[in-house]
Amino acid sequence: MLTVHAYDVIVIGSGPAGLAAAVSAKKNGVNSVLVIDRDVEPGGILLQCVHSGFGLETFGEDLPGPSYAQRYILEAESQKINLLMDTMVLDITSDFVVTVSNETIGVQRLQAKAIVLAMGCRERSRAQIRIPGTRPAGVYTAGTAQRWVNVEGLMPGKNFVILGSGDIGMIMARRLSLEGARVNRVVEIMPYLNGLSRNYVQCLQDYDIPLFLNHTINKILGKKRVEAVEVVRVDQNRKVQPETAEIIPCDTLLLSVGLIPENELTRKIGVSMDPITGGAIVDNCFETSIPGIFVAGNVVHVYDLVDYVSQDGTTAGKYAASFIQCNWNSNRRKIPVIVEEPLRYVVPQKICPDTLRESAIRLLMRVSYPMEYPVQVSLFTDQKEILNKTYPYVRPGEMVSIQIPKSAYDLIMASQEVRLKVLRKE
Amino acid sequence: MDSYDVVIIGAGVVGCLTARFLSRYQLRILVIEKESDVGAGTSSANSALIHAGYDPLPGTLKAALNVRGNEMWDQLADELDFDFERCGDYVAAIGEDEFQQLQILKRQGEQNGVPGLKILSVDEIRKRIPNINPEVSGALFAPTAGICDTFAVTIAAAENAQMNGVMFRFDTCFESFLVEKHRIVGIRTDRGDIRCQWVINAAGLYADEVMHQAGSHPEFMIHPRRGEYCVFDPACFQIDTVLFPVPSEKGKGVLFFKTTHGNTIVGPTSEFVDCKEDKAVSVTGLRYLEEQMQRLIPGADLRWTIASFSGLRASGNAICTNSDVDYSGDFLIESDKTVKGLIHCAGIESPGLSASPAIAERICLLLEQSGFEMIEKPYWNPRRKRRPCFRHLTNEERNELIAQDPRYGRIVCRCEMVTEGEIAAEIHAPIPARTYDAIKRRTWCGTGRCQGGFDMIRVVEILTRELNLSSEKISKNGPGSEFIFSETKNQRSGQC
Repeated sequence: MLTVHAYDVIVIGSGPAGLAAAVSAKKNGVNSVLVIDRDVEPGGILLQCVHSGFGLETFGEDLPGPSYAQRYILEAESQKINLLMDTMVLDITSDFVVTVSNETIGVQRLQAKAIVLAMGCRERSRAQIRIPGTRPAGVYTAGTAQRWVNVEGLMPGKNFVILGSGDIGMIMARRLSLEGARVNRVVEIMPYLNGLSRNYVQCLQDYDIPLFLNHTINKILGKKRVEAVEVVRVDQNRKVQPETAEIIPCDTLLLSVGLIPENELTRKIGVSMDPITGGAIVDNCFETSIPGIFVAGNVVHVYDLVDYVSQDGTTAGKYAASFIQCNWNSNRRKIPVIVEEPLRYVVPQKICPDTLRESAIRLLMRVSYPMEYPVQVSLFTDQKEILNKTYPYVRPGEMVSIQIPKSAYDLIMASQEVRLKVLRKE
Repeated sequence: MDSYDVVIIGAGVVGCLTARFLSRYQLRILVIEKESDVGAGTSSANSALIHAGYDPLPGTLKAALNVRGNEMWDQLADELDFDFERCGDYVAAIGEDEFQQLQILKRQGEQNGVPGLKILSVDEIRKRIPNINPEVSGALFAPTAGICDTFAVTIAAAENAQMNGVMFRFDTCFESFLVEKHRIVGIRTDRGDIRCQWVINAAGLYADEVMHQAGSHPEFMIHPRRGEYCVFDPACFQIDTVLFPVPSEKGKGVLFFKTTHGNTIVGPTSEFVDCKEDKAVSVTGLRYLEEQMQRLIPGADLRWTIASFSGLRASGNAICTNSDVDYSGDFLIESDKTVKGLIHCAGIESPGLSASPAIAERICLLLEQSGFEMIEKPYWNPRRKRRPCFRHLTNEERNELIAQDPRYGRIVCRCEMVTEGEIAAEIHAPIPARTYDAIKRRTWCGTGRCQGGFDMIRVVEILTRELNLSSEKISKNGPGSEFIFSETKNQRSGQC
């Protein structure tokens, strides 16, 4: 028979979002918190991110991924948070029963009073972008290569081409160069960079790795192992121009072509999803459409800074604690946050005006295309602009954020929606 | 030198089923295979359909063996313990013009001896397949058609053959025949000579080349015909049946079919290619699928794809031996006319899978007719059990399994819920899985949405450990497809 263990809050995923949520729930007064992760050690993908660049906002320090994770791991330990590692979650129900499986306890059911989903995201695969050609060994996602190199200590190739200018791809270009491999080029189908500009400078320019914008891979060649790829230019409609085809010999193709929030479990519970972010629709407490099911981190939408992931995880954990402490009103008033082109999405999609009494609300957005000139991001309540922020430029690879201060409480309370616009600054 | 009674060239579904059928006799049998695993060619990339038999031209060997083969699948699935579902299939006529074709197909099927064929009205087919093209004018329903997993059938047959004494040798490529006085005495391979009395040519795409080595049928050629497929994410689209368009001179057309794993697949294309290894997916192929699939299910979208693949059909030009039928493209299954001790089965394209048990049966018959002494074993075991599959068990059953071997509690492939226990079991199975693809095909690990993004590293690690090899030796599908080149600098200098 299956035994049932009970916890106040169960957090799925021990990456930066999950750990922050767990620590925050505990600090906000819940008795027992359990974090479940499929990996052997806590820390999530941070453990394979041995490069620096983490923690500038939170700690004012430039830390490598594992060091950043370690700070939260230590805090989780001191808060006596239970960790259940090397464990897969098979199922979650809307009444908070979590079915897990691992080697030591087998398949078991755990009961929570609230749940925080923090499963992160996965990488888009070759099939999803449908690259034609053969199916040899040597086509990997950048994250798979990253784990092989940084965690397993194994080199999955000698001569690389990278498709996609996502951050992991660029960071791997540098890492592989440092390991003595050759990175022939990074190829990006869009006319602009997909990742952070700082990664372009530090990972490609500094290592003389060329970036080919408006180019893609049209074919993979090789029977047993990748032998070459066919690189082609695309026109402004992303249509392949066959006459520009160039065969680039290589033994490995890395894909850094986008991340997808990992929401199989979320969908199974029946949470309402946002088709654009690929994550759950949330309010600024990070509660989903199902009361007591909270979400945090890249499972909501793909962030570009871990510091924001931790901060939002902290928020989710805090409200998960409130939820079980019975000082929670699931019928609290929520108003929608609406974005206009060129903004592609905003998280949270709804805000609870009364929470402004306690703390400011940060809205995170992405644009659909780059605007390489000063712009103003403005927030309107019922046709009236209440605040704005100037950016020297906005790009799809870099999140745009704006904070609604506590001082806007009365204005927000009185309105039916908030609306965000981006306009060229004259 | 090794010596056998029978050597079978090719460990595809035909070779393995033949080995399994022959294993009931007191014979020393060896199967040789140029790839690292069974079913590595056409048998792992096809539509996995057991056709009812209304499609082949009456009087052909294809028609006879399709219908006979179809009858054999229930018993085969029961004995070899693989998934087989007689779900039936539909041929949908779109527009009034195509409706006539259904009658012709039905008549043809009845001539071939296909039972239960029925023409369905517009209302009936719409009721059964609600998202079908609204211009549908009717459909032919064939209740005896079914689905299986071709690789699962192949490995099941191979394992049962192995249990009954058949030997397998992988990474071994046929080169030529050893002939004395017009009689086969053995074969030469890239790994040495093998003595034998009989050779069964089940070399699939290469059956013509093997045949030509014996000096037979110089006019017979296999021209590989590529079929490309897209596998859909079950969360995006599922169809609970097999749905064909009306066939044309180009073949059976682009169909939608469910698989035993719960995915829906669309395909195949049909394109002659020059190279017998050209299993590439092409831009034109994908475009063709995109266009063709709209005919049956308007709005079907290739963005639902989680994997695409292609396979090669071994299309031959054998003239039908029945002189009443004008058809070239039939199966060629016969004892060699110039040398003794050689049986060919060539040109085994669709409905080759459906016919495969009947082909194996026919090969046994040809051997017997040749006067070869075949004595049945007193203790032949026709049954083989599949190993446990975590995904299909109840939680209670899972815990029983985990109590015996804790590795069944550790999930390595999240999308398809495959455990380390299952992977280890396949590595130590009668026909061991020694590569990533071998594990993928046996367990279905890495076939889900993330396409190996999570499991690949872990499977390589498990293979390294279980086979006691270095990581550099672990491959995707045999020599030349290794994943890892070396250790990193730190690892090499021992700093880690």
